[in-house]
Amino acid sequence: MTSVIEVSGLHKAFGSTQVLRGIDLTVDSGEVVCVIGPSGSGKSTLLRCVNLLERPDVGKVVVGGTDLTDPDADIDRARRRIGMVFQGFNLFSHLTVLDNLTIAQRKVLRRDRSEAEHTARHNLARVRLADREQAMPAQLSGGQQQRAAIARALSMDPEVMLFDEPTSALDPELVGDVLGVMRQLADDGMTMLVVTHEMQFAREVADTVLFMDGGLVVEQGPPTQVIGAPQQERTRSFLARVLHPL
Amino acid sequence: MALTGRQRRSAGRAAQYLLLVAAVVTLALMANWGDLQRGFFDLAVAAAQFPDIVTTALINTVVYTAVGFSFAFLLGLVLALMRLSSVGPYRWIAAAYVELFRGLPALLVFIAFGFGVPIAFHLRFTTLSTVMLALGLVGAAYIAETLRAGIQAVPTGQIEAARSLGMSPGRAMVSIVIPQAFRIVLPSLTNELILLVKDSSLVYLLGLTGAQYELAKFGRDAMNTSPTLTPVVVSGLCYLIITIPLSYLSRSLERRGGAAARTPEVLA
Repeated sequence: MTSVIEVSGLHKAFGSTQVLRGIDLTVDSGEVVCVIGPSGSGKSTLLRCVNLLERPDVGKVVVGGTDLTDPDADIDRARRRIGMVFQGFNLFSHLTVLDNLTIAQRKVLRRDRSEAEHTARHNLARVRLADREQAMPAQLSGGQQQRAAIARALSMDPEVMLFDEPTSALDPELVGDVLGVMRQLADDGMTMLVVTHEMQFAREVADTVLFMDGGLVVEQGPPTQVIGAPQQERTRSFLARVLHPL
Repeated sequence: MALTGRQRRSAGRAAQYLLLVAAVVTLALMANWGDLQRGFFDLAVAAAQFPDIVTTALINTVVYTAVGFSFAFLLGLVLALMRLSSVGPYRWIAAAYVELFRGLPALLVFIAFGFGVPIAFHLRFTTLSTVMLALGLVGAAYIAETLRAGIQAVPTGQIEAARSLGMSPGRAMVSIVIPQAFRIVLPSLTNELILLVKDSSLVYLLGLTGAQYELAKFGRDAMNTSPTLTPVVVSGLCYLIITIPLSYLSRSLERRGGAAARTPEVLA
């Protein structure tokens, strides 16, 4: 199996705070990797280092064979192959849903309008928003915005999708729609790296679960092990609090 | 007898209305209405201003403002981007420019560009290009600051989303940041435009021919031949004909922009 993402020896500090202290991570083609862990454990920073929204201090990030940490790497070109979904959706607020999905296809991939719109409509249908293409982002619910954001990333035909706590900003009743779309994506064979607090999703959809704490990977393996039968005391105490908060 | 809260509030309101009525009545009684009408609202003199005040002066004011604002907007955008540049000298130049032209009266800039610069560089500007330069250079300083604030007000997440889709910094700026910044600052830009409408009155410093008169100069010139202030009142009304619709435009843009950009309910 070929690896799409290879991260090795990753360190990142903000000022004097060490956020990542040596992370190694491999995501194979078609694999779904979920990263779980307490707030401040560095999981979002890890994800943001994978497409270089944060520049690592030390270590290597290779995506699709390109070393992004090489100073000469063409980051913009590499990012076309890496879809990213944010906690806060970040749909372009001045554009309709359809234009959100076509603008990068047209300006970055140089697709013509009809091709871009064709791809956009295909992906809107995948996230079940075919009827909202002319809506402005502010007219959509949070769940609809996040699904549109997923469709926007998919419209670039990425090799891998990064999800940064995609359901954390949603009302509880809207979480299911977004997770459903993500599960469908996983079933379609998309390579996914997901930072999440949704243990149910991680348990059912992930091939590999990483538990991070204090900027390190404490434990990793199949969900049946990491979530079902954690080996480390730190993992056990985290899961106990997340799964049984009361 | 103690007043209830409601009685106290209505007594307070009644006192404020009373004060207002008293002030209006006093002014009305003090004013000499006959002199006022002869001095400011002489209908025959007012009628004599037409049609030239519209066909020449009003149009010139609009044209001077339009060329000045166009130049100011383009230069202001360049300056705003320079202020946000990662290249230090660009930031310093833009900051110095803004401080200089925001700090100088438009009057001095007009004199400098009408007389100083042509002498220094042996240039001959047409009136219109001097107006464009002088009004534009002053306006650009304010517009640059407005646009810079607008660009910085665009949420970081918008830029991150654009970059994560493979857009270069320049592409993200042009396709995502500037259109949103523009919406944010549209009401302020309309205000800058209104200020320029009024600053265009300084064009008289350049020495104008009759056909180049704008509203203020036209009004003052007409005053020399008629012994009343009526021409100035008429030209003032003409300014309002331009500026009040702009104010309304600004407010309606503000409402529309607010809806599109998801202003929180409490601030809307």
